[in-house]
Amino acid sequence: MFDFDWSIIEQSLPLLSQGIMVTLKITLTSIVLGMVIGTLLAVARISIYAPLRWLSAAYVNCFRSVPLVMVLLWFYLIVPQFLTKFLNLSPLTDIRLVSAMVAFTAFEAAYYAEIIRAGMNSVSKGQNYAALALGMTKSQTLIYVILPQAFRVMTPLLLTQGVILFQDTALVYIIGLADFFRTATNIGKTTGYEIEMVLFAGAGYFVVCFCVSLAVTVVKKRLKL
Amino acid sequence: MQANWNWGIFFEQAPFGNVTYLNWLIDGFLTTAALFICAWIVAFIIGSFFGILRTLPNKFLRGVGATYVAIFRNIPLIVQFFIWYLAAPDLLPRDLSVWFKAELNPNAQFFILSTCALGLFTGARVCEQVRSGILALSRGQRYAALALGLTLPQTYFHVLLPNAYRIIVPPLTSEMLNMVKNTAVASTIGLVELTSQANRLLEFSGFAYESFIAVTMAYVFLNFVVMRIMKVLEKKMRLPSTGIGGKNV
Repeated sequence: MFDFDWSIIEQSLPLLSQGIMVTLKITLTSIVLGMVIGTLLAVARISIYAPLRWLSAAYVNCFRSVPLVMVLLWFYLIVPQFLTKFLNLSPLTDIRLVSAMVAFTAFEAAYYAEIIRAGMNSVSKGQNYAALALGMTKSQTLIYVILPQAFRVMTPLLLTQGVILFQDTALVYIIGLADFFRTATNIGKTTGYEIEMVLFAGAGYFVVCFCVSLAVTVVKKRLKL
Repeated sequence: MQANWNWGIFFEQAPFGNVTYLNWLIDGFLTTAALFICAWIVAFIIGSFFGILRTLPNKFLRGVGATYVAIFRNIPLIVQFFIWYLAAPDLLPRDLSVWFKAELNPNAQFFILSTCALGLFTGARVCEQVRSGILALSRGQRYAALALGLTLPQTYFHVLLPNAYRIIVPPLTSEMLNMVKNTAVASTIGLVELTSQANRLLEFSGFAYESFIAVTMAYVFLNFVVMRIMKVLEKKMRLPSTGIGGKNV
């Protein structure tokens, strides 16, 4: 059996907090950008222009049928040159962080698009007709009537998706980016306390995710869903 | 991007072993498919077990189910893989542990560990589906079965579960598709499956786009096959004229 020695964690806290910052950076960027792009995709999906609908559907289906690990590798191994050119990065920026952010944003946008689409479908059609009958334009109807209600219904799901995204960021391990998990395993490997560090990382993720999922239940009650 | 595609690369000799690159791909595909099937069996059994626990009248047993779900849902999959990889062989009894580490070849070790990790992770999700399936049945079914004199286990096995499984085929399908994708994480602990093969192909052949497109297509293909099979199963399991297991047309 094991003899655990937890003192290693206290010593490595400064390094770990840097890792946490990387994790948070990726999570927050991809939540915000993913939701924006996801909303656009969802709106495109119900547009009256067929090519827009097809494009959006193709995007969503593509990303949903490919493993996240593959998406991360795609963006890290194959398209970094495009990224540097496209985003106008200086050669000094850490391409791993940028490619991880882009990969997560692109990947999550597909999932958010599906959630938001479901939310928009749950708003009754009468609302749409009523708003149009009142003389609102289509975009006004969407922005002032449909989307606010959709987001209200969707809040718990969006939060849950955020938790999943937060968990998934641990996968940047495979591209060698020093996020929370990678930092923990690296410290474990160099000091020989690998099991302790991995268990600690697991506990860290558990605490955060568990608290957020408790919060989701509270939000659900508040919104009376 | 220059257009110097070379799809013939897959038929060229791989650097070791008397095989072509295509054989590497097929090997990876078979490993991924086998991992998916084994892990799904584990997930289904464990998930059903805890799912049933979560709907029992006994408060303690319900708590056990809830704890399992809370733990396995709130830790990232990759962390769970590492915990299995680092800790599980040492938790076995001494003889078994020695045998496991010394006698089995690494890929078999990784395969077993991956099956456990992925199976238990997905099991937590399956558990939630089974639970919601059982709760979705009208309460009358349970009362009627009990009133007819069936014991609680009989009620579950002959009345509640067959109906619940019919209801949850669609969410189980999407859970399966998720699992196909999650098998890719097994590459992090060294299992040579599709994703690792993509990296190896890139490393040895140098044709990045070709290898990655081929491997990505392999995942899409596997997903497609799973989806088709589940569609057929869903149709087969549908109970006509009750609305259980999908709409009647």
